[in-house]
Amino acid sequence: MLYSSQRIAKPYFIAAITLFTIQVLFGLSMGMQYVEISIPLISFDTARLIHISLLIIWILFGFMGAIHYIIPEESERELYYPKQAIQLFWIFLSLVIVTFFAYLLLPYATLAKITGNQFFPTMGREYLEQPTIIKLGIFAILCAFTYNMTMTVLHGRKTVINLLLLTGIAGSTIVFIFAFYNSSNLVIAKYYKWWLIHFWLEGTWELIMEAILAYIIFKITGDREIVEKWLYVMVAVTLTTSILGIGHHYYWIGMPEYWQWIGTIFSIFEMLPFFFMVLFVFNVVNCTKCRSSNRALKLWALSTPIMAFLGAGVLGFLHTLAPVNYYSHGTQITSAHGHLAFYSTYVMIVLTMISYAMPLLRNTVTDKIGQRFEILAFWIMTISMFCMALFTVIAGIMQVYIQRTTDINLPFIEIQNSMNILYWLREISGIIFMFGVIIYIISFFVAEIKKT
Amino acid sequence: MKIFTEPKYIYYSSLILFICILLGLTIHTIVVLHQPEHLNNLTPQIIQGKLVWEENNCIGCHTLLGEGAYFAPELGNVYKRRGGDNGGVYFIKAWLKSMPTNIPGRRQMPQFNLTEDELNALIAFLKWTSEINTSSWPPSEKG
Repeated sequence: MLYSSQRIAKPYFIAAITLFTIQVLFGLSMGMQYVEISIPLISFDTARLIHISLLIIWILFGFMGAIHYIIPEESERELYYPKQAIQLFWIFLSLVIVTFFAYLLLPYATLAKITGNQFFPTMGREYLEQPTIIKLGIFAILCAFTYNMTMTVLHGRKTVINLLLLTGIAGSTIVFIFAFYNSSNLVIAKYYKWWLIHFWLEGTWELIMEAILAYIIFKITGDREIVEKWLYVMVAVTLTTSILGIGHHYYWIGMPEYWQWIGTIFSIFEMLPFFFMVLFVFNVVNCTKCRSSNRALKLWALSTPIMAFLGAGVLGFLHTLAPVNYYSHGTQITSAHGHLAFYSTYVMIVLTMISYAMPLLRNTVTDKIGQRFEILAFWIMTISMFCMALFTVIAGIMQVYIQRTTDINLPFIEIQNSMNILYWLREISGIIFMFGVIIYIISFFVAEIKKT
Repeated sequence: MKIFTEPKYIYYSSLILFICILLGLTIHTIVVLHQPEHLNNLTPQIIQGKLVWEENNCIGCHTLLGEGAYFAPELGNVYKRRGGDNGGVYFIKAWLKSMPTNIPGRRQMPQFNLTEDELNALIAFLKWTSEINTSSWPPSEKG
């Protein structure tokens, strides 16, 4: 670590891991409601609201931590506004805490009434459940963050990595404007909602992920030229495929039918960026010079692209083609893909970055015990998430088969109950995942801090 | 000509091309969406119904045209599934009023205490939604 403003990354990472833990707990409570209906501690819709909101927010925290760490080093200077950066962290965190308790304690309809949603309706859409005033707060935070980072890069060295990070955060901020547009025509509202969700998850966030991955690989190998060359390829493929890949969200929600062709054709190629990421990291495997003492980091960095290729790439591809999606749309298959894709891309890249930066921030680089715990946590989390996705996919296939292809005239709820065993297996995998998270957190406390 | 051979320029020009195609298709889509009579046929009641739908976080459990949570049934076609113009209104209204059923071993839907006005608006919205041309999705009436 070279610059003192890189330290701002630490509170961001701590907040990210804390929110991640809470997110998993709410996920478990939802899984319980799938199997054991009699003990709902919290209603399903509230739990889900918190589960998916926290997901987006903690990954955002992780990204902001990573960017606060990378930008000063790549720009070879301190942050332009170091004090404001730490203030921004506390503002963001208080905003999240207020929203969290508002979701938890108030009925959603009451929250909508208090925040005056009827005058400017933006609430109640998947991923965009935040009250309008909270959306404004998030937008302001994103703007301030982007401004600080842009000023830092403008007054410092410009590299492919930091320019790409800037593109990622500026792009995320710009498309967030669509959060404020909610047409009273449901079809048009859905059309523009995907401009935000799709271009974040399959556009700007993917760019940030590639930049972080490239930075890590550069830190392991020390070869900037190769990293930048690959980065160009990955970014080019990402952007050219994902722009029209948005069509795969428009198949069955009232759009003209040509979107089925456009979505199908471009979605086939949306696997390519992940394929290139895998090829890219295998350069490192073959690198003999680079002996990083951090074994956990190497494991994270190598597995992230492989898992992303499986979860986001292959599993996404399997149900993205319009004729397949006709049957799989809106079933447990979507849920399975969502879980594995989010874990393997964004969760894993943030944990990779934490694995690299935290030992430097806390002076535990030479620590072996902490790494052993971290590696154990990696295997538990990755395998249990894989199992969770697998059981959910099987449940999804059964759901599609019974509900959509046969004449068996059972109501939705009876079909769901017939798959109870799979939901149990999914819940057990989730509990094992939670153990992985606990071991992951322990790995920070057992680490030996080197006194300097 | 350097401009046609440099990878960087090929990349930039293809990027601009795709963005232009997206914008073009967007204009076309929005124009098309304004043509079918029913999509324009938004009464204040349907708009109010959409607000009721959103303010009670219905997508926290249900899907609407396949988007939302997968805990409870698809509601894009619920109006048709529950009898359409012959009884759909009464069925949905009675259903919403009788929640929660408290049948053990069954997922429970909360009681939202909607007013008569809100109920009618919500049902008008669901009726309007069931008439959207979804390229014959879902594959089965069961959702």
